[in-house]
Amino acid sequence: MIISFAQLIGAKILRLSNEVGRFSVFVLQSIIGIIIPPYEFKIITHQFLNIGFYSLPVVGMTAIFSGAVLALQSYSGFSRFSAESSIATVVVLSITRELGPVLAGLMVAGRVGASIAAEIGTMRVTEQIDALYTLSTDPIKYLVSPRVLAAAVTLPCLVLVGDIIGVMGGYIVSVRKLDFNSANYIINTFKYLEDVDVVSGLVKAFIFGIIISTVSCYSGYNSDKGAKGVGSATTRAVVNSSILILLSNYIITELFFSK
Amino acid sequence: MTPKIKVQNLKKSFGTHHVLRGVDVEVDAGKSLVILGGSGSGKSVLIKTIIGLVRPDSGEILVDGIDTTYAKGKTRNELLAKCGFLFQAGALFDSLTVQENIIFYAENLKKLSNAEKSDLAEAKLNSVGLSGSVLNMFPSELSGGMQKRVSLARAICADPEIIFFDEPTTGLDPIMANVINDLIIKVRDELGATTVTITHDMHSALTIATEVAMLYEGKILWHGPKKDVIKSKNEYLHQFINGLVDGPISVNV
Repeated sequence: MIISFAQLIGAKILRLSNEVGRFSVFVLQSIIGIIIPPYEFKIITHQFLNIGFYSLPVVGMTAIFSGAVLALQSYSGFSRFSAESSIATVVVLSITRELGPVLAGLMVAGRVGASIAAEIGTMRVTEQIDALYTLSTDPIKYLVSPRVLAAAVTLPCLVLVGDIIGVMGGYIVSVRKLDFNSANYIINTFKYLEDVDVVSGLVKAFIFGIIISTVSCYSGYNSDKGAKGVGSATTRAVVNSSILILLSNYIITELFFSK
Repeated sequence: MTPKIKVQNLKKSFGTHHVLRGVDVEVDAGKSLVILGGSGSGKSVLIKTIIGLVRPDSGEILVDGIDTTYAKGKTRNELLAKCGFLFQAGALFDSLTVQENIIFYAENLKKLSNAEKSDLAEAKLNSVGLSGSVLNMFPSELSGGMQKRVSLARAICADPEIIFFDEPTTGLDPIMANVINDLIIKVRDELGATTVTITHDMHSALTIATEVAMLYEGKILWHGPKKDVIKSKNEYLHQFINGLVDGPISVNV
């Protein structure tokens, strides 16, 4: 009983380390593919549009409502001890440091991660990845590298736009609904905001971009056969990238702000 | 004369499942080898191992006398440049048009002008019996038979010396199957290529082949010229080509 339990744990650990090793090699190969020419400009442009530009509505919507609800919630809480004046600061710090990057990351993981995993998974299942190989094309360089590059570059841009829209969401609720003075609110927004607040959020976004693209490509690339295989690859892509986003979010915050 | 492809004692297992248990087979230049075998006999794994999609556990693969078993980099690219591969379901890139699919490899090699691209694609389409009207269509808009022909056009685009066919007639109606058979013979004769086909379609096998090999339980049981297939005394081959239920090959129903 005890031995079989130990065996079970051992087997799991072996499988996990095997997977981590394979994933690391995969990430390394995709980064090498980004650096070494030739560059597939057409595909890279397409991925920038697909991952970055078309995620704008989703990220914008998420940001504006998070900013708005943040203002509303902190008002109802802070008014209990007459600290309404700090609402602007609370909104801008929460958005730039945490909610902007994390919510954008999770939304993009859902939108882009799922589609990447499904697309590459289907290519695996229908032998299109094998076909790439027989046509002397490195599938990782052709499929994975452009996506990783696009996600790593566009996520910080998305988060920057999301930050602005989110702060605006808070502003609209505070000024229109809660009768704050517009000029005071704007002054308070920037009063305690430091560069590191925004920069840490953008660094997070960069890391999240790499996590989403590599995890999703890896899931799709190693998809099992059939519709079921592609389905579970898609699930794995979204779940694993979301969990890794939250985990790495804690670690990056710790690195930036713990004293 | 060195054989075009020579496979020696090739072994491959997936976990405890031994797919190839020491395959020895060779093809001379310009010949058409058809490898017969039931479903799950490891035919697909065999040709995918020869081209390098699957890494063998042991054994040797020689192409033009050069060992390519575990080749990487330049040697591997030189091998791939010599080879064309027609996948079972076509494996056309569904995000690219027919033209982009066909010239995919040629475009990697050198920059082509737009006119050169469409000329090349159209010439290849014509040689598989299609007109240029499908150039700008996507693979999903084509019928199964047309997809297979476009896929063949893609495989022969770089004038390969060796062409692999993975069950070329599976899933097609008998007439389309014969169209594909004739096309295979035509492109082979035009290019003077060596071909390796795996199939369980006997009619197709006997149309395309100059030589036939029979793969059973991970080994080549029989190998000889096409004319000897029918009169062979090999019980396994006899059972397979006649589709008999009773015989040495056990059928798991």
